Amino acid sequence: MKNRNLVGFFFFLLFVGTTISAFGQDSDEKGEGKEKEESERTFDASTFIMDHIADSHEWHILTKKNGESVAVYLPVIVYCREKGLDMFSSKKLAHGHEYKGYKLEEEGDLKGRIVTVNKDGRINEGNLPFDFSITKAVVGLFFAAVIGLLLFLSLSQSYKKTGISHPKGIQRFLEPIILFVRDDIAISNIGIHKYEKYMPYLLTVFFFILINNLMGLVPFPPPFGANVTGNIAVTFVLAVFTFLITQFNGNKNYWRHVFAPPGVPFWLLPIMIPVEIIGIFSKPFALMIRLFANITAGHIIVLSLVCLIFIFKSLGVAPVSILFVIFMDSLELLVAFLQAYIFTLLSALFISMAVEENH
Amino acid sequence: MTGTMAAVGAGLAVIGAGLGIGRIGGSAMDAIARQPEATSKIQTAMIIAAALIEGAALFAIVVALIAK
Repeated sequence: MKNRNLVGFFFFLLFVGTTISAFGQDSDEKGEGKEKEESERTFDASTFIMDHIADSHEWHILTKKNGESVAVYLPVIVYCREKGLDMFSSKKLAHGHEYKGYKLEEEGDLKGRIVTVNKDGRINEGNLPFDFSITKAVVGLFFAAVIGLLLFLSLSQSYKKTGISHPKGIQRFLEPIILFVRDDIAISNIGIHKYEKYMPYLLTVFFFILINNLMGLVPFPPPFGANVTGNIAVTFVLAVFTFLITQFNGNKNYWRHVFAPPGVPFWLLPIMIPVEIIGIFSKPFALMIRLFANITAGHIIVLSLVCLIFIFKSLGVAPVSILFVIFMDSLELLVAFLQAYIFTLLSALFISMAVEENH
Repeated sequence: MTGTMAAVGAGLAVIGAGLGIGRIGGSAMDAIARQPEATSKIQTAMIIAAALIEGAALFAIVVALIAK
């Protein structure tokens, strides 16, 4: 099966490419006085949680007892108008060092972003460089995409070999889900004559969101702990896709509903038309916020419950906390499936509103 | 001050979500009691409606997080 080998090789290349400087260690800041101070510092739960939710340029694996941290330093790709394109490992920017005129902000408004640095000060708001880096979320996204490709390419290969009638292997698991998306989401909303054109998009969105949600729930090992769908840029792009598909496939009926809703007297039109136009934008916006907030809120809850152990600094809290975490994680599993379903359902609904014929 | 107000705002939003989902659950229970053979359809519709209401409540949480 050539496809499978090609995809496996691509996966391998991707991983080699994204871990250019793997497992770097930093060897500075090892004073003894500092160690003692750090062990008695109170545990700051909110920073801890926000650091785990947010995207970052390095993949932090663990911090050893003497303060050294083990992390995978992901590549940084920045483009700035004066200096052009620069690619280097983020190890050079660790701990606030400055490299080639770039610096990684550690606190303040621009925390976590790369800024350009002057000889003495900072070139700030005019001139933030374009950051195309392969960050943690991007690696997670690539990994999910590769998983999806592997699953579905092998599915299509086995259909080609054995035919549609007799499912075996991975077909048995995926076929009911694909049929569910086709029957309950696509056909029942878009209609049996027009649904086929939009099936690839609906299937892709459903499985993409599902795989990324599930991967966000598994904290370990490294490609799994990335918070992809909890990143508002990712959900923004998905919502933009739905928006573009509905707009470019809208037929005359759809635009008539927007600009001249039937049954509305003419003196209400100055109110109805802006409302309808806002509605065109607010529906994908709601899709974006719903997915982002559900997944992020779930992660924050689970992390907070785990942080309880560290806030109380006692081992007795651990059984209670772990039980709560198991319960919340099962709820998060339900939410993962549900949010993928809701996103796909609402996308199908918007597409159906755009392509429906006059009745 | 804005931190406290943000927390109060988030709490108020959750009151709205709780009331809404409670009402959905209540009507779902009534419907299931009236017609037990339609349980699975009612359950599916209930979960979908709950997810949409939760989306609205999470709008407010996101605003509260941004206002910090």
